[in-house]
Amino acid sequence: MSWIDIGHIDDIPLLGARVVKTPVGCVALFRTGKAEVFAASNTCPHKRGPLSEGIVHGQKVTCPLHNWVFDLNTGLAQGEDGQIAVYPVRLDGGRILLNAAAIGKRSAA
Amino acid sequence: MRKQRLIVIGAGMASGRVLDHLIEADPDAFDITLFNAEPRGNYNRIMLSPVLAGDKSYEEIVTHDDAWYATHNVACRFGEAIARVDTAAKAVTTQTGEVLAYDKLLLATGSTPFIIPLPGHDLDGVIAYRDLEDTRKMMAMGPGNRVVVIGGGLLGLEAAAGMAARGVDVTVVHIMGHLMERQLDETAGFLLRTSLEEKGITILCGANSQQVLGADGHVRALRLDDGTELPCDLLVMAVGIRPNAALAQTAGLAVGKGIHVDDQMITSDNDVLAVGECVEHDGALFGLVAPLYDQAKVAAQTLLGQQAAFTQKSLSTKLKVTGCDLFSAGDFADGTGREDIVFRDPARGIYKRLVIEGDRLIGAVMYGDTADGNWFFGLIRDATPIEQMRETLIFGPAYQGGTQSDPLSAVAALPRDAEICGCNGICKGTITDAIAGGATDLVAVRTATKASASCGTCTGLVEQLLQVTLGDAFTIPASQTLCGCTTLSHEDVRRLIKSRALQSQPAVWQELGWSTPNGCHICRPAVNYYLLADWPLAYRDDPQSRFVNERKHANIQKDGKFSVVPRMWGGITTPAQLRAIADAAERFDVPTVKVTGGQRIDLLGVKGPDLPLIWADLNRAGLVSGHAYSKGLRTVKTCVGTDHCRFGTQDSTGLGIKLEKILWGAWTPHKLKLAVSGCPRNCAEATCKDIGVVCVDSGYQIGIGGAAGMDVKETELLAQVPSEEEAIEIVVAVTQAYREGARYLDRIYKWLGKVGLDWVNETVVDDLENRKALVARFELSQSIYRKDPWAEHTVDAKKYAPLADLTMEAAE
Ligand code: SRM
Ligand SMILES: Cc1cc2nc3c(=O)[nH]c(=O)nc-3n(C[C@H](O)[C@H](O)[C@H](O)COP(=O)(O)OP(=O)(O)OC[C@H]3O[C@@H](n4cnc5c(N)ncnc54)[C@H](O)[C@@H]3O)c2cc1C
Ligand code: SF4
Ligand code: FES
Repeated sequence: MSWIDIGHIDDIPLLGARVVKTPVGCVALFRTGKAEVFAASNTCPHKRGPLSEGIVHGQKVTCPLHNWVFDLNTGLAQGEDGQIAVYPVRLDGGRILLNAAAIGKRSAA
Repeated sequence: MRKQRLIVIGAGMASGRVLDHLIEADPDAFDITLFNAEPRGNYNRIMLSPVLAGDKSYEEIVTHDDAWYATHNVACRFGEAIARVDTAAKAVTTQTGEVLAYDKLLLATGSTPFIIPLPGHDLDGVIAYRDLEDTRKMMAMGPGNRVVVIGGGLLGLEAAAGMAARGVDVTVVHIMGHLMERQLDETAGFLLRTSLEEKGITILCGANSQQVLGADGHVRALRLDDGTELPCDLLVMAVGIRPNAALAQTAGLAVGKGIHVDDQMITSDNDVLAVGECVEHDGALFGLVAPLYDQAKVAAQTLLGQQAAFTQKSLSTKLKVTGCDLFSAGDFADGTGREDIVFRDPARGIYKRLVIEGDRLIGAVMYGDTADGNWFFGLIRDATPIEQMRETLIFGPAYQGGTQSDPLSAVAALPRDAEICGCNGICKGTITDAIAGGATDLVAVRTATKASASCGTCTGLVEQLLQVTLGDAFTIPASQTLCGCTTLSHEDVRRLIKSRALQSQPAVWQELGWSTPNGCHICRPAVNYYLLADWPLAYRDDPQSRFVNERKHANIQKDGKFSVVPRMWGGITTPAQLRAIADAAERFDVPTVKVTGGQRIDLLGVKGPDLPLIWADLNRAGLVSGHAYSKGLRTVKTCVGTDHCRFGTQDSTGLGIKLEKILWGAWTPHKLKLAVSGCPRNCAEATCKDIGVVCVDSGYQIGIGGAAGMDVKETELLAQVPSEEEAIEIVVAVTQAYREGARYLDRIYKWLGKVGLDWVNETVVDDLENRKALVARFELSQSIYRKDPWAEHTVDAKKYAPLADLTMEAAE
């Protein structure tokens, strides 16, 4: 599997998120801990709210528009009928590596 | 029939109240003649301390002015003392020998300060602290002068602090082991001493005065019995007062320590009444105004032939010295069968001690944080059983109902006649009967009994009663707790953040037992706000705990784009600013430019990554964030006022701009909207704002608690003041009180519903020390927050852009 280096973990505020534009659409990277990052779709299945603008807590994010809460491990919405795509991501030292195939890229640039 | 003649001797605080009540109830009942030995009419004697400290002028503390006496036909004989009273002839004789007859006589001669008869006590420059003359002598002192105050009680310390504020070198000589020993225990006395010493006052306790030394007939020093000499230019004795009963005594009225009165305030002569510090009622003497006001009301009713009776209540004390926050009530001497609950926070200089006997609170002493003083005082006065809340009592009212104290058993234990709803006077029994009669939810109980239908502070108690009575058939709504991460309520959390000095989010999660690692979208913004409001210096706002609007300083919209609203101070703009807005709108393809309801312009549909760029453009034209997105100051709407309008009474636009410049940037529990109208036509709609000022000829009417959103509410009048300066001070102080006290996401009107207008009035308007302290705390916080967030964010513009763009590379 090939991984793409997209930046340093400190580029994302603790309990915050940043967006990466990819061939599958906007992917949000959520930093849930000092050295813990999740990647998921940035688009809320309810009314397309930008999830990277939500409040990050535990391993979850709350959509800023109408407060749906998503578990970043599974992408499932709590108590609502909805799910977002989640993508494999890993940390190498401070670098954030996103799985290339999962976001529609054939090779690492 | 000719009117009855009423002669009043003494124009002090007590008689002033009698006159108010008399004239309000029946302005034509009496021909009133008012004598006063002081060459002036009624004024608020307790405010002499702020006058001394330079916070007030004498004019501001006058309670009845010439116009008032003239309007109400009160014949004034100021500067004339009565020398004799002849009760048989029903006449008084003035100093100059003039004789006047009365039908009713009211003695309100107050008390005389006690002067210790030390050798030299009659030297020039030895004074007491009682009236304006004394105050002026102290005000004549300044840097380079030395003053000794004998007496470390309430009065002596106010005198000392007032002069110290003027740069005078002050020494307090106190005979007892600690300050204010009648009101404070040793620990509180020690804390008080420390803060007074920080103000530069020298304090000698356990010091016995022996002799006043003079030179050329004027005081030069005080000598103590250990031989110490304390040089001074003025010596103030504040060692106690004696009822001024001499006149009554020579008139043959019954006098003990003071003039004997019955429950109707009548002396031993049926046509002579007495009120104030000169009286003795049921063996007690009086030295604070609260009971005098009760007496005054009764005396007025008695004079009007109505039934009324004076009853003594227990009293509480505060010291009017800035930075010395103390409160004491009831009896706190050690004793067998008494138990203490003590809370100390040395880091913040907080000390609280409660004295319990049986299941009653009988005394309370607090230093540093006195916010709950009145609540404790109520428990003492009403002899409320406290057994069930003993464990958490010291944390005060907001804590009661917290789960740790098992609120249900506390409520279950209350007797049937315990008052639950103070506003409507509804007892527990009435509520439980209604529940038994089929009122099985809050709304039904409200409808049936009116309980919790006014201010709503007892809602929690009513819900607990529902649960106790109905058991599992009723569950207390989850909204009681802050959110699912905790079992505590907003009030508990606010209180514990203060009392346990929790200064970071991790401290809150840890110490208060949060069930999640770092909260959720509901509690994080609330806790972030509470921390920054309570610890403006130690804690820094955490953007990640803010709703996106407040993190990005723009309003997010349904399509994820943003709206940008620059500030237009007081609704005023310039051609240059309008041009800058127009240019920015064109440059960033803003689809909608709209005039808002807040007297400014909204640029809707700005793309996220463009935000820092458009701000930079607007900044260059002098435009800053309008905080249209914040739980903070939004706008101050104004009307054109005196600048242009033919009806304007004051510079409403100017005041609006000043207020906006003072308040902007401050975070508040919910959004804060103000308006200033130039006259009662109210074109700026000030009466439906959180805080609204309506200008009138004689000054500024400040109303609070308005709203025009989901609820429409008219403001309630908080104060009317003559000067713009004072209007601003009150607006700032009430804003700070709201910041410190309200629950997150409560607008002012909701907060007001909980604390009551009277409380705000007492603490923000009447209590000048507290008002100033609130303003000072607001300013401290604003030293961090009064700045443009846009300007700060334009520098790290790249945070607003995507972290990476992998779509481009895909095209390679
Ligand atoms: C722009 C504006 C409407 C307009 O085009 O005029 C506006 C727009 C919004 N208002 Fe408002 N309000 C605007 C004036 C008002 C007014 C009138 C006023 O202030 O004179 C009111 C009624 C007065 C009041 O607040 O008491 C008002 C009562 C509300 C409420 C109800 C608040 C309440 O406590 O009941 C909300 C909801 C909330 O804050 O929770 C709200 C919320 C909103 C939000 C922020 C909704 C949101 O959270 O996304 C809207 C943002 C739209 C956007 O995309 O920018 N807006 N809103 C006005 C901006 C004024 C400004 O210059 O800052
Ligand atoms: C500096 C200071 C600070 C205080 N602070 C507080 C406080 O914070 N809280 C509190 O509760 N209390 C406080 N007090 C106490 C409070 O001021 C008194 O309890 C209150 O003023 C007593 O009211 P009174 O009407 O009985 O007497 P006074 O207000 O003293 O009025 C009596 C008047 O009668 C006049 N008089 C006397 N004899 C004659 C006569 N023969 N003929 C004509 N006139 C006569 C006197 O000149 C005097 O003006 C303070 C007092 C002082 C001096
Ligand atoms: S409220 Fe009064 S001062 Fe303001 S514009 Fe209207 S009429 Fe003029
Ligand atoms: S768009 Fe996300 S909750 Fe509605």
